[in-house]
Amino acid sequence: MNDAPSSTARTGGYPSNVALVVRQIRYQLTYFMRVPIALFFTVVLPLVMLVLFNALFGDGTIETEAGEWSVRQFYTGGLAAYTAVGATYSNLGNMVPIRRDEGVLKRWRSTPLPTWTYIAGLIGSAIVIAFVSVVLTLTIGVVFYDLEIDWVKMPAAFVTFVVGVASSAALGMALVSVIKSSSSSSAMVNATILPLAFISDVFVVGVDDTFLGTVANIFPLKPFVNAFQDCFNPLVDGPGFSPGRLAFVAAWGAVGLFIALKRFTWEPSGAAGRRGRRSRQAATDAALN
Amino acid sequence: MSIIRVEELQKHYGENRAVDGVSFHVEAGEVYALLGQNGAGKSTTVEILEGHRSLTSGAVSVMGFDPAAADRDFRDRIGVVLQSSGVEQEFTVREAIDLYASAYRTRRSLEEVVHLVGLDEKVDERIGSLSGGQRRRVDLALGIVGNPDLLFLDEPTTGFDPSARRMSWDLIENLCATGMTVLLTTHYLDEAEHLADRVGVLMNGRMVAEGTPSQLIDGISGTVVSFALPESVAIGDAVSTFSGVLGQEVRVSGRLVEATVDASTQVVHRLTGWAIEHDIELEGLTVRRASLEDVFLQLTEQEEAQ
Repeated sequence: MNDAPSSTARTGGYPSNVALVVRQIRYQLTYFMRVPIALFFTVVLPLVMLVLFNALFGDGTIETEAGEWSVRQFYTGGLAAYTAVGATYSNLGNMVPIRRDEGVLKRWRSTPLPTWTYIAGLIGSAIVIAFVSVVLTLTIGVVFYDLEIDWVKMPAAFVTFVVGVASSAALGMALVSVIKSSSSSSAMVNATILPLAFISDVFVVGVDDTFLGTVANIFPLKPFVNAFQDCFNPLVDGPGFSPGRLAFVAAWGAVGLFIALKRFTWEPSGAAGRRGRRSRQAATDAALN
Repeated sequence: MSIIRVEELQKHYGENRAVDGVSFHVEAGEVYALLGQNGAGKSTTVEILEGHRSLTSGAVSVMGFDPAAADRDFRDRIGVVLQSSGVEQEFTVREAIDLYASAYRTRRSLEEVVHLVGLDEKVDERIGSLSGGQRRRVDLALGIVGNPDLLFLDEPTTGFDPSARRMSWDLIENLCATGMTVLLTTHYLDEAEHLADRVGVLMNGRMVAEGTPSQLIDGISGTVVSFALPESVAIGDAVSTFSGVLGQEVRVSGRLVEATVDASTQVVHRLTGWAIEHDIELEGLTVRRASLEDVFLQLTEQEEAQ
């Protein structure tokens, strides 16, 4: 080993970016697999919901714009889309603040690892988890719940998936940048995603021309869920692409990416600074009173 | 060549001047300790040098880099052991070292790293199952895995029991012997005295003294005379009585009377003369060379007097 002092020769190059990103993705996946609660909420819970909903309502039909649709197929597509959002948006929103609070991000900041490869590892691993979860959900749908795979629509399903998870990962990182501490991250994630899921055709089908329908259409979850459901809806003909919805989802993703890049911090100090100002203000007020 | 150059460094947070005009140099291969109490400005100074904080004014250069603008090549050559940086507890020591090593151009081998920090036995255990001291050694391992030219050690033994501190000192000494330059922060005087080639004493954001530990000790009166307060003297009278006898200021803490003196022979003569005259046995009479602690106490008194 080279033990020379300040003259240490650093002739070797850095590992390639691809190698670094692959290693980061593997590292994030290993971490994910060893945190049982993350694994449960991201992968297992949506499957439990799929089984439950089908047990409760499985024989019914749903009235949609395109006609009567079997509930089983509706749930499988919708919950698969929701799982993809859970693996990216919720997963990043929960996990990254914990690592930031623990100082893991700060430690990486002290190494020569390029910033973007770390972020790419986080997002890449979330997308891998999303992909595996979606495939798992769809497989269960096909095997147990009469889900019909129309191969003509699979390119559309794949593209919809990619746009949806990319956008949702970006929004997850945007959420991370406004979460002050990991103790509030779970609440922030669920407060933003759960109510939206109820009005976005994930658990129950909504009607567009109501107040809640209008609200749902402002956010990207419903367009993504609907676009993904259409890829498995036998009543929808053709390749199943929904360019309008995907553009809308992508626009949200772009906003998320902008906020994430603008506000991302390696330390919980940004939040501490604001708290500091408030407590200083409070101290000043107390002194004046 | 100076590895670290700091000139008139200032860092203000609003009204608070966390660092208020600090200057020092660290030479290649040197172990330099920034010594000070909590809030003295040590960590802020070090975090500016690491590139984690921006400075308000002044100039810093680390191995020729401006840390605020420093890039990958800068971080490739430094190692950082922070007080507040975590590592995923779900990983084993081996996995963590492999992972963090992957970011650097030159790496120490896993075997060498675990051997240097004394974790040979724990290499396949999860970090979450290690004791606090062992986790701190993981921090150290991750700090040196990239074979850095310059290592920042921020409070490396805070919270350790005495035997763990001794062990850590040995580890750090072994590392220093490999020729690395080390910038250490500590609020333990014995740690600075034990490990550092030179010490800079920070107080309220300013550097109040700098030198080798023995220079600092010699810089003040060199000898400490101490003894237990005799029962015949009331605590309230101790300072006036013994200041008179010794002809110099004394400190009283609990029942310990202490004075840092220039001419210990004369002072001891006066003291023992007084004791014999009053038929008093001075329990625990000790004459010893001043330690860095005495320097620190004296500097603190001067700072407070200002």
